[in-house]
Parts: sequence; C-alpha cells; structure tokens
Amino acid sequence: MRIGVFVCQCGTNIAGTVDTEAVARKALEYADVVYATSYVYTCSEPGQQEIQRRIKEMDLQGVVVAACSPRMHEPTFRRAVERAGLNRYMFEMANIREHVSWISTDKEANTRKAMELVHMAVAKLRFNQPLFSSKVPINKRVLIIGAGVAGIQAALDCSDGGLDVVLVEKNPSIGGKMAQLDKTFPTIDCSSCILGPKMVDTAQKENITLYACSEVESVAGYVGNFKVQIRKKATYVDWNACTGCGECVQKCPSRKAPDTFNENLSNARAINIPFPQAIPKKATINRDYCLHFTRGKCGVCKKICPVRAIDYDMQDEIVTEEVGAIIVATGYDLFDHSVYGEYGGGRYPDVISGLQYERILSASGPFGGHIKRPSDGSEPKDIVFIACVGSRDASVGRPYCSGICCMYIAKQAILTKDHLPDSNCYVFYMDIRSPGKNYDEFVRRAQEEYGVQYIRGRVGKVYPRGDRLVVQGADTLLGIQVEVEADLVVLATGVEASSGAAELAEKLRISYDQYGFYMESHPKLRPVETNTAGVYLAGACQGPKDIPASVAQGSAAAAKIQALFARDVIETDPQVALVNERTCVGCLKCIMVCPFGAIQSKTLRDGSIKAEVLASVCQGCGLCNATCPPKAIQLQHATDNQILAELNTLCA
Amino acid sequence: MLQEPKPSEMRVAYYQGCSLEQMASEFDISTRMVCEALDIELVEIPDWSCCGSTPAHSHDPLLSAALAGRNLAIAAQQGCEVVMTPCPGCLKALKGALKVYKDPQKRAAFLEILQMPFDGNIKAISNLQLFFENVGMDAVRRRVTKPLTHLSVVPYYGCLLSRPAEFMQFDDPENPVSMDRILEAIGASVPDFPYKTECCGATYGVTRNEIVGRLTGRILDMAQRVGAQAIAVSCPLCQQNLDLRQAQVSRHCHREFHIPVLYISQFMGLAFGLDPRALGINKLFVEADSLLDFLTSESEAAAATDGKIA
Repeated sequence: MRIGVFVCQCGTNIAGTVDTEAVARKALEYADVVYATSYVYTCSEPGQQEIQRRIKEMDLQGVVVAACSPRMHEPTFRRAVERAGLNRYMFEMANIREHVSWISTDKEANTRKAMELVHMAVAKLRFNQPLFSSKVPINKRVLIIGAGVAGIQAALDCSDGGLDVVLVEKNPSIGGKMAQLDKTFPTIDCSSCILGPKMVDTAQKENITLYACSEVESVAGYVGNFKVQIRKKATYVDWNACTGCGECVQKCPSRKAPDTFNENLSNARAINIPFPQAIPKKATINRDYCLHFTRGKCGVCKKICPVRAIDYDMQDEIVTEEVGAIIVATGYDLFDHSVYGEYGGGRYPDVISGLQYERILSASGPFGGHIKRPSDGSEPKDIVFIACVGSRDASVGRPYCSGICCMYIAKQAILTKDHLPDSNCYVFYMDIRSPGKNYDEFVRRAQEEYGVQYIRGRVGKVYPRGDRLVVQGADTLLGIQVEVEADLVVLATGVEASSGAAELAEKLRISYDQYGFYMESHPKLRPVETNTAGVYLAGACQGPKDIPASVAQGSAAAAKIQALFARDVIETDPQVALVNERTCVGCLKCIMVCPFGAIQSKTLRDGSIKAEVLASVCQGCGLCNATCPPKAIQLQHATDNQILAELNTLCA
Repeated sequence: MLQEPKPSEMRVAYYQGCSLEQMASEFDISTRMVCEALDIELVEIPDWSCCGSTPAHSHDPLLSAALAGRNLAIAAQQGCEVVMTPCPGCLKALKGALKVYKDPQKRAAFLEILQMPFDGNIKAISNLQLFFENVGMDAVRRRVTKPLTHLSVVPYYGCLLSRPAEFMQFDDPENPVSMDRILEAIGASVPDFPYKTECCGATYGVTRNEIVGRLTGRILDMAQRVGAQAIAVSCPLCQQNLDLRQAQVSRHCHREFHIPVLYISQFMGLAFGLDPRALGINKLFVEADSLLDFLTSESEAAAATDGKIA
C-alpha cells in the first residue's frame, strides 16, 4: 500500500506545542509511507486540495491526517479523499490536538506522542479495506416526544410540510408549562390565547396522531427506520367515547386528589379534566384517590356517564409506531422550592413558587384570577419576589442561570400592580438578566412605571410574624441589612431538567449533561441535532429557554427533518459487524449479547447453523466481536487485526 | 450460660474537651448521664489533650490537625470506630484532622508530626448526632418517664452544629431539625423558631459586647415572641451567650429577659426522670426553678388524671 501522511499545524493550536515537521519526517520511516508533509491548516480548501493533488501525483492508496478529533473533521477528510478517487474508508485520523497539543506544554513529550499516534494510524490503515454503504428507504414519519409549545410548533411545522406526525405527551393534555401561564413577557399577551389556537390546530390536523397520557417505552432501529413502542397509560375512561362533558367530574365524591395543573393550590376530583381548554378534553381517573380503586365501592362516574365511557378494567396498552426521525421536546421541571430551608417554602403556605403564583394570577386558576393568599384567602398588600431560587447557586447543585426568572418576576410584579394598584411589590435580585428583544425595556417599565422596588441582594431568611412574613435580606447597593414585612413571598424557582430525562436519553441513546439537559451535537453550529442520527432536540429539554427560543427550536428541528426527508433513501454506515461463515461455529453467543437485536441465526443448505448480522440494525458497538469464541464475527473498520496492528506498534 | 451483648448497646469514645471541664461541666455530666440511661458505653480517651481549636489553628493549621489527630489516634487504639464530643468547636477540630489525613498532599506531614499509628478509620460526631442518628427517636421516646408535657421549648443551633454543610454532614444547614425532633420525642411542644441559626455574636463576647447585646437580644426576643418558656442549646458558647450574658443583654435592650437556657442533654435527662441537681440545672445563671415547678405541677396533674381514669 502507498500511504501519505499529512500533519496539520492547526495554526499554532498544534504547532505551538508539537514539532509537526519532525512528526512528518519521522512518518517517512514507517512501513508503506511514501509521502509525508506538515501543513498549516489541513482542513482548509487549499489543504484539502493538497491532499487530493498528492493522491494523484504520488498514486497514494491510503491517507493519514494527524490533526484534531475525528469528531470534528473525519467526515471532511473522508469526502476529500473520496473526491480524489479513493474509498472513503481508506483514510485514518490521528488526534494530535485534543489528545496531545491541548493537554500538555511539554513539546518534546508531545512530539513523541504525536509520532506514536501517527505510527498507530499508519499501522491500522495498512489493514483497511474499502467499505461500501447500502441504501435504505426513509420512512417519512416523525415522532415528537413532548407536546409543550416546542413540540406543538415542531408538530405543526412538520404537518404543514406534509409529513405524518406522531405526537406523544405524558400528561392528559397537551400544552405543557405554557398552558399553565397567565400572561407572557414582554408583551403581556394572554398565554392560553396564543397557545390555545395552536393546541386546537394540533388536534385537528389529520396527519398528526396524538397520544396523550402516553410515554415512549422503547426505541429500536436507526435514522430513517425507527420502531417505537408507546405505552398508552390506562385512564379508565374510553377516550373514543368520552365527550368531555364533565358530569362525572362534578359528581365525583372524592375531592382530595392533587390538582397538579394548579400546582396543588387547590384539590381536584379523582376523575378529572385538567383545565377547560385541555386538548384532548377527556376525563382521566386518578387511581390513588378513586374510591372504586381504594375502597372497592362507589361507581358514581360509571353510573352517571351518558356515553358509558368509564372502564375500570382498562389496562396500559402498548402500540408500535414506525418513524424515520424523532424530535425530543420534553421540556423542563421547576426546582423544588422547599430545598432552601431558610425560605420556608413548603412549610409556610404563603411562601410559594413562581408557577404557583402564575396559577393564582390566571383567570382559570384556583382563585379565578383574584390575587389571594393560599393560607387565608385574604388579599395581599405587600408581596416580595426572591430571584435565583435554584439558579446560580452551586451549593444546591444548580450553578447555571435559568434565564427566564428575571423576566417572569418583572411580569408577575407588573400584573400584581395591575390587579392590586395599592399593593407594594419588592424584588430581591442578584443581577437582572434581560438580554432578549424588548426585555430590558420591560424590566425598566416594572421599575419606573409600576414602581416595583428592586433591592439588589440575597435574602437570608423568611419567617412568620403574626399572620405576615418577615423577609430579611441584604441591600448590597446601600450596604445595609433590610427587613420587609410581606403578606406573600414568591420564590422565583429556577429551571431544572425534566424528571425522567435520563431514562428517556438512554432509550434514545442520546447524551445529557450533569444536570440532565440533553446535549446538542455542537453548542453553536448544530444546536438542534444530537449525536444520534435522526434524533433532534427542541425547547427546554436542551437547557433553560423562554417561549420564543423554544418555538424557534421547534421550527428549526422541523426544518432539519424536512431536509432529511427531502431524500428518498439514506446511506447506511458500513462500519458494522460481519460474520465469516467459514469460521462461525454457530454457538450464537453473539445473539445473546447484542443490545440491538441485530443478529439472527440462519441454517445453511448443509444444515449447519450460522450467525447473520442485519446490517441495517447493527450499531457497530463491537460486543459480538469481543464475545465470539473463534473470532468469526468482526466489526468492519475495527477488526481484531487492525486493533492488534495498532497495539503492536505501540508496544514495539 | 453466656450472655450475648445487647444489640442496642453502643460503645463510643468520648472526647470531653476543655469547655466541658469547667464552664460547661453540666454539659459534660448531663451528657454522661443521658448516655448511661440510653445504654451507651462512653470510653474516655486516656490522657486526652487539647483539640487544637482557636489558638492552635490560628497559629498553624497543621499543628491544630496534629493535636486533634492525637486524640483520634488514641481513641482508635481503644478499639473505637466513633468518637463523640458535645462541643462543636472540638468536633470541628476533630473533623478537620480527618480532612487533613484524607488530603494526599498533607497526609505525610500530618503523620510525621503525629508519630503514632493512625489509619483514619474513625468517625467524629456530636452528642446531638449520636442521639438523633445512632440512637434514634424511638429509643429516646421509650426511655422517657417524665415527659416535658406542655413545656414550650425552642432549640437554638447557633452557627457550627450543621455548618459548613459539606464539612459537618449533619442535618439541614439552613433549617436544622434534630433538636426539634428530640424535644418533641421527650414531650415538649416546639414552636417554629425562625432564629434557630441566627448569629449570637459569640466571638465578640469580650471585645465588643454591645454587638452580642444586640444579636443575642434578637434571639431572646424572638424566643419570647414565639412563646418559648426555655431555650435548648447544644454548644457551650451558645449557652454562655444566651445564659451568662442574659442580664447584660437585658441591660443593653432595656428590657428584662428571663428565659432559662438548658443543654439538650439536660432536657433529655429531666424527661428520663434523672435528678435535676445531678444534671447541673442549679448551675444556670438564669435559674430554672420556675421551669422545674411547672414540670412538677404538670406531671402531678397528669398523674391525678391517670389516677381518676384508673
């Protein structure tokens, strides 16, 4: 084989701490290397042209580029060698930036390590074989997980583009957190007035299949051809029959069920429709509170239902859907405000979370839109907002800024002054973060037009005095301790990853960060893609976001899928396992270890049993390769011979 | 027949520390009595020495660690896996020594000064943590013979018992509840006490006692506002500021406070039916006779009711 080696200087990124010229000179000593050079930016257009020119001039059969991580530029260089007529798998990359130049300043040691890495890449390349991908048709249906505003936007955009959409929502109604909000910043338009029509559209589109009260059970397959199992949770009400008339809710004698839509500020019945604008507007029974399930008697709803929709024997049901791409839009949860012992959230009824206050403000909320205290129903006069509760605080494991709280406090303070002009609003804040369009002007209005008192400093303690609350804090601008007596304290609870985010990530095989937010493929350039082909992200599941950003991502993810589906076929990755039938003994251990169900057994004409890999299902993990006793099953592009060649080079 | 040791029996090393020798001797004696009542064997650390608190650690942290380490090493030699100390200052020093031992960069220097075998397999806890976590509320409740019925007590934790959180690893740093739960277990009624961790001004006790007057005054005032008849503490310095200085604080605030300040172990002893004098109740500056009279009359009333029912 005639091999060419190209050592990249990456400006000074590599050349600063690695002697790239020496690495290139050394490479000429390795077996089969006929050409080696060092170049300033190998990934640049002239850099790629240089590779192509040398392939032709020197009649190269394989190329090694020593540069950055293959995650960064392997696809770039594979395309480059392909344009010069080589098979794209006759190429190897040695990572001498992330693994060498960026982690040590010892130039001599770095140069030595870079030489070894290049030597290993050359040794492996000598055993490379041209590989060819096959083409499989794309199933042009989309699965969207989560029907908050990001998921709804993605579903509507895909639907408008003519795609079939499967929309899965864990709660009984779509709408997500936005449906719980009263008004939205910075325009104070009514949240349900702008979200409601989108929810109705989603329900009415013929090419959107909605599974509410459902969760994704398992995901198999690969881009273009996913097979997804969805668990439809038992609601004990036949939704095909239920008309949402609500008679059962009115007559239900069990009145102490938690009202999660109202953030537990009021109670719900055991059979319930979460809110008047719910989509679908169907009743659901809460088993833990239903007298039929807890005491074995009652049955009022069953007797009263005019369409006989109640079915106490209903079981969870698993349905299977086949799709070509997936958008994850599972949103966020709110920080548990009882974690801060000094604020008394969860202990004092008039210390509430931001979302609870949102429900209090809402006309469909527990108090019909009148601002009242949860403890005694009286109208508060002095209201204190505390910013950064569960944000920017490493001591509770939340060092990040939630991004939305400064704005929603300003909005809630303005709404408070609108509802109760004689009230006094105080905001304790660390910094005001309002970088969106018209956002800072909005906060200014809260301060200047509405007279909301902004106090820069943290609150140290909240405690009751009589039937009021004392808020003790610092005013760091005046350098004094301040005490505010309040009737109501609103904690600006921060954003955290949705509960269950990690489990779903494992089903989808996508990555998540230490806080449970899903990892985008590139923080700047691939914000809605994941590292798993065919799986996209939208909204706050990727990190805290406000409504405009979530909607933008929903549309962006939909656009990415339109681009993917513009093709009719998709190329499979040939780096998969392959069985050598001459040496396979038919023990079928490989079938037992394969996590993807990608191997099956087959019987040859002579009656012998052999393993067979389904190339389109195999993910190339290599477990079968490691398990196979006679080493008959080999992972293409990472065969035993290739790995041993690398090791021999390193250990020689 | 061989008698198996009772599984509930606990054996812990006891580090008394200097405060408990003199000024807070009632904390020492009441802790010992309560431990005996709860079948906890306290193993005195032979030839115990200074824990390396304030004077030592402000001079040289390593010296402080080695001083505390010496006591830990001797306790370990006695076959103890846990060393208990009632004083939060001592506890901080003992835990500090373990932290130094676990730091790979400091271990060698620490062991060189120590000149004793030490493997770090010992845990340092407070008596409060011992009662709350190792003994448990059920066992405490079972031992009660004279519940503090109708006595309203607020717990004052001060600054050190649960903080810094990662260092002390005990209770909620901002809203600790261990003493609340113990007081409830021994029958007292425990109002929510917002100032349970507010600063008492302790370190300014000598140099600028008007600060102590103001800060401790706030704590006493809040105790009175929530209707407390007494305050429970678990730190000699807290006790000193709230009790010994109460007259001084009263002068500073131009009002008369009279709130007895007892150690949690003294309250437990009273509920266990131990002799108040032996528990050192008479050592308090703010005398607690009215408290004892209240308890006696309540228990007599209760006995009378029981008698009627019987």
